[in-house]
Parts: sequence; structure tokens; C-alpha cells
Amino acid sequence: MKKKLIALMLCLAMVMIPVLASCGGGSDDGGSSEEGKMKVGLICLHDENSTYDLNFLSAFEESCEKMGVEAVIKKNVPEGQECYDEAMNLADEGCSLIISDSFGHQDYMLQAAKEAPEVQFVSCTGTNAASAGLDNYHNAFAAIYEGRYLAGVAAGMKLNEIKEAGKLKGAAPKMGYVGAFTYAEVVSGYTSFYLGAKSVCPDVTMDVTFTGSWYDETAEKEGANKLIQGGCDLISQHADSMGAPTACEEAGIPDVSYNGSTKSAAPNTYIISSRINWSPFYEYAIAAVQNGEAMEPDWTGTIETGSVELTELNEDVAAEGTQAKIDEVKAGLNDGSIHVFDTGMWTVDGAAMDKYVPADTTYGDFDPANEDKILADGYFHESEFRSAPYFDLNIDGINLLDTAF
Amino acid sequence: MDKNKKEPLIHITKRKAISKKHEWAIRLGSILIALVVCAIITTLTTHLNPISVYASMIDGSFGSERKVWALLKELSILLMVSVALAPAFKMKFWNLGGGGQVMAGVLATTTCMITLGDKLPNGALILLSLVAALFAGALWAFIPAFCKAKWNTNETLFTLMMNYVATQIVAYFIIIWESPKGSGKIGIVNQHTQAGWLPIIAGKQYLLPVLISIAVTIFMYIYLKYSKQGYELSVVGESQNTARYVGINVGKVIIRTLILCGLICGLTGWLLVAGTDHTMTTTIEAGRGFLGVMVAWLAHFNPIGMVLSGLLMVFMNRGGGEISTAFGLNKSFGDILTGVILFFVIGSEFFINYQVHFRKSHGKEAADV
Repeated sequence: MKKKLIALMLCLAMVMIPVLASCGGGSDDGGSSEEGKMKVGLICLHDENSTYDLNFLSAFEESCEKMGVEAVIKKNVPEGQECYDEAMNLADEGCSLIISDSFGHQDYMLQAAKEAPEVQFVSCTGTNAASAGLDNYHNAFAAIYEGRYLAGVAAGMKLNEIKEAGKLKGAAPKMGYVGAFTYAEVVSGYTSFYLGAKSVCPDVTMDVTFTGSWYDETAEKEGANKLIQGGCDLISQHADSMGAPTACEEAGIPDVSYNGSTKSAAPNTYIISSRINWSPFYEYAIAAVQNGEAMEPDWTGTIETGSVELTELNEDVAAEGTQAKIDEVKAGLNDGSIHVFDTGMWTVDGAAMDKYVPADTTYGDFDPANEDKILADGYFHESEFRSAPYFDLNIDGINLLDTAF
Repeated sequence: MDKNKKEPLIHITKRKAISKKHEWAIRLGSILIALVVCAIITTLTTHLNPISVYASMIDGSFGSERKVWALLKELSILLMVSVALAPAFKMKFWNLGGGGQVMAGVLATTTCMITLGDKLPNGALILLSLVAALFAGALWAFIPAFCKAKWNTNETLFTLMMNYVATQIVAYFIIIWESPKGSGKIGIVNQHTQAGWLPIIAGKQYLLPVLISIAVTIFMYIYLKYSKQGYELSVVGESQNTARYVGINVGKVIIRTLILCGLICGLTGWLLVAGTDHTMTTTIEAGRGFLGVMVAWLAHFNPIGMVLSGLLMVFMNRGGGEISTAFGLNKSFGDILTGVILFFVIGSEFFINYQVHFRKSHGKEAADV
């Protein structure tokens, strides 16, 4: 019987390889490339089903089209050796710029960058480019905390409306937040969201739960349901599936989304969403490679570069006057009259902070010389000394339900 | 004529031995049908030329030297798991815990690399991590085997549950070692010092795993086919009572076989961490414990046959990834094609073992009820 199986497999191989290989030579309409066109590769952790990856993908295709370069996309690449393999495959295929979208890809991108010095590599959301010191390896992120803050303002306005209508679930307004992991990228995100809400709704508190995964639809939905049952009046999230928005739609609880509008799936509860628009970065990087210019090791997008955006406001759900308020706060952020992490607005263990010592300096690009400058001039300087967020304090008013991850 | 007896439209009989030529015809036919069905599905759902889709799958696996090496690496790792599972299944011990046994090896290796990375010379560290991985894998297989031999516990459930235990322990240690704190990943271990990393032979990073898996496969082929122990375990698989009657200690054979299985799985975990990935995640095993069962079963537990069935799986997987890049299709489309082809490959075995007879038309209708 085993011989039969071997025979079977051999036979399969024999049928497929010659037949298909010969056909492949003739009709190469698969991954065909136009001569002389620059190729740019994108490595994604998941695919379009993840709001996070979708946000990278749609901007990438647009920017490549606009800049006249060919896009080569690898989806569902795990944060492991496969990332290195795919990065090198892209380099083999002639890509002169290769971008990865997930934090856990960075070590493998760095490894690939060392081996292919003629190709530019970018690990988006990564933290190790400046200290790696390679000319062809970079990080990029955006000051998304400002977008979160603005989305928080919309949330606070909604809470005020619920409060005035006497429909709060508890005595004081409470928000819920579904986070992925407990490290700075998420902490900075939920804290800025909370501070935005607090700036218009001073007595708000927030419960945060973590799923331990960037994409786990079931866990995110369960997390949102747990928060709703725990008496939250509004939900937001920093994890990449539709879990939380759908849970909110089913329960009729307003939701501030992330990575893009979820209005089509949650028309009765979606308020607004903040997202990073990666196009300005893609265009900057592609232009740099085209012109043979050096790229910054660590690129930070802002509201002004068009990298931080709010998606459409759902007027049916949002409180009245939300858009006007957002515009006002946005102007304040831009002219420097408002700072998201203004020390006058938050406390840790009941006291305002005047000195900040990073808890974890053993990784990434923290330059010890900058330590004293992080908390200065009355506010926490987020994303100024490194593009990836580093605000990791647990401020008062935010209650972490579980910190297992 | 017995009017009350109705002949069924289709009836199936077991075939007597059929000629090699006939077998081949059935297999070839089923594969051709599979390719045609896949082509129809492709055209109907995506409006793409199926030939260029197939060509792109081949390109994804064999398109460049690097792709071939990546394919060989994947095949080696999958093959080792399949080879490890083969003796257990041949013994009719349903070891669904290959994944957990690999994870035990992964954890042991990572522990050595992280805790002893700067304390031991590299050679000693590699050797120690190997011993630790072998021990951990063997232990993970020994526990359900011992319970089976001693108390006749259900090995299917037991080994399956051991997977989750191993994954959760790994998750626990990831949280201890994660960098940065709270990110849920430990990144590449010893990226700067490369302590505990396996040496690269002849400039090819994946050559060592390939060589090791070849050695393990040949060893298992000889072990199952020519050794006394290999014979004993097949007797236990055929009939435990017969085995007892001829004086085989069934419990001992079960434990011994599973320890062997765990050793190879532990070795696989060691290769994954020290040889290829240099990190530990909860998904590093990537379902190979289950896929390996299919690979082993398709090859009827012949290690050499597993090279081919494993190649089919890896080829379909890599090809599926390639068509998602080349045509912007979702990765699930590759999975659909894989499913169709496997359906026909497995289905052809049925038609080799059984014959289908159709009712012959009899001039008049059998309308009597």
C-alpha cells in the first residue's frame, strides 16, 4: 500500500510540474512586471479582514498607483522566520523598498536589511532602527495619540448627551476599552483617548480589558460584552477585528472605532474612528528611494502631515456640536495651545507628575540623554524622541480589569 | 424470479487485488479530475485563467533558489513531525499531541538560550539546549503513554489536551521574557550574540535542518521496517491480545514508542528555535502536529512516502500564499484548492479498494413496491 502511495504522489508531481511549468512560461500574466518600473513590497501580518491591515493595504495600493510604482503585497505573514523569508523573496523579486506592518516583524526585517544592503527596509511601528544604525533600515509611525484624543472628545460629548438624558448606566459616565496588549503602544492609545473624553466630560472613568492578541474576533467581542455588562456607557478599542464594533451594535452601545470607519457594519452605534493614514509616509519613502535620497531612520507622521486622521463622523449617533468641538480642539493641538498629555490634566496615584523615568530602557531607541526631556514644559512629549509611542504610565481614572498580557 | 427483491442502483464491493496498471489509472484519473475541478472553481469564482494560477503556485514553491530552500525547510520540519507520529499511529496509539511535544522542545531550547546565553560557550549551550529539548519532548509524550499503559486512559484526548497545556506554559513564559514588556512577543533571542544559534553549513541557513530531517527519516524507515522494536509495535497495533500472547510487554512497547516520538518532536522544536526562527511564539508550531497526522496517514506510515505527501502539503500551502500575492486573492482561496485536491487524492484510495457497480438496465422498470 505504501508503494502505491508513493506512486500516487510521484504521479501527482509529474502531472502538475511539467504541464503547469510549460504553461507558465507562455502566459506570464500572473506576477508580470512592467520593465523599468520600481517595485515596492508590503508585508502584512493578516489580510483585508483585519481593520489594521486593511488600513495599510488600501493606502499602499493608492500610493503606489499615484507614484507610478508597482506594488507587491505579501499577506498573512507571521511574526517569525517567515517574515525574513518573504522580505528576502521581495528583495529577490527586485523590490527596492520593502515595508512591514506589524511590530513583531521588526527583528526579521532588521535581519533581512543586514543581508540586502542595496534595498531599503521599513518596519512600521518598530522601535529599533535608530539604535541599529543601518542606512537601509528604518521605522515609521504616526502621532496617533492626537487622533485618539480627538476621538476621545467625540466620546466625551456623547457621554455628556447620555448623562443629560439621564440614561447613564451608573452614577458617573464610564467607558470601556478593548486593548490588545499592555505595552506602550496600547497604553498611550487608551490614555490619550481617555484624556480626550475627560477634557469635555470631567467625571468620566474607564475600564480596560486586554485580549493578548492583535486579531482575535471572539476575544474582542467577549471583551466588549464584558465591559458592556460591567456598566460601560461607551466602548472603544485597540485591536484589529470587528469584534468590538459588532458587540456594540448588538447591544446598542455607542462605539468609537479604530483604523477606519465601521459604519457599514455598525450604523446605529458607530460614532467616529481615528486612523493612521499611511499614504504620506509611503509617498515620502517611495520618493526618497526614487531620488536616491537618504530616509530618516525614524519617521513620525502628524495631523499636519496628513498622517493622523479622523474618519467620517456618524451624525446619527454623535452628540450635537461634536464636529465643531473636534475642529476647535484640533486647531488647539496644531497651534500648541493644547497638549494631549498635559500634566495638569492627569495624575498618577493622586499626584501630578513632574519627573518621568522610563520603566523599560533596555529595548529600542531610548537615548538616555533624552530622559529628562520626556516630561518637561508641563506635558509628556509623546512620539518626539521615537516615532513609536512610549507613554506607559497607569493614570488615575483608568481601571485595568486584567493585565495578564 | 423474486419480484420483492430490489436491486439497488449502486452497490459497492471490496475489490480483490487489482493490477498496478489499474491502480495507476485510478490515481491519475482522480488527479486529473481534481485539477479540472479546481480549474472550474477558479474560472467561475475569480474569472482568472486557471493555468496561470497553477503556474503561479509552482513559482511560489520553486521560483527561485531561496523559495526552494524555504520549501525544503518547511518540508523538513513537517516531515520530522510526521515521521515522529508514524510509529505511534502504526501502533494504533492516536498521538494527537505532536504539536505539544514540539512546543515542549521549543520551550526547553528557548529557556536555555535566554537564561544561559551569556554564561556558556556556544558549543556547550547548543548541546545543552539539544539535550533539554529532547528530554522535554520525551517527557511530554511519556506522560500520556504512561497513563495509557498503566490505567488505559484515552490517549486521543490526553495527548490533545497536552497540546493546550504546552501552549499555555509557553504563553506564560513569553509574558515573563517579552520585550518590550506587555507586547506579547520576545523577538529574536540573542540577535546580537547569536548565542545558542545553530551554525550555518556551507552558507545555507536551512541546510542543517534538511540534513537532520533526512537522517531522521531514514532512521525511522529502518526502525519500522527492519528492527525488532518496529515489528513489536506493529504487532501491538494489529492486536494487543496477539502481542500479549507472543510475550510482548504491551505497556513497555507503548511507552518506548511514545518516548521515541517525543524525542523526535523535541528535536523538531530545537531546530525551530535554534536553527530557523530563533524566537518562541505560541503559534510557532503552526498546526504541524495535526498536519503531520495527515501526512503520515496519506503515506500509510511509510517515512519515505511521507516525503511526497509532505511535499504535497507544503507545496499547496506555499502555492496558496503565492496566488494571494500574484492575483490579490484571499489566502483562503489557496486553502480551497488544497481541499479539493486532497479530497480527490484521498478519495482515489476508496476506488482502489472498492468497486462500484451500477444496476444494469433490465428492459422493464422495477416498479414493484
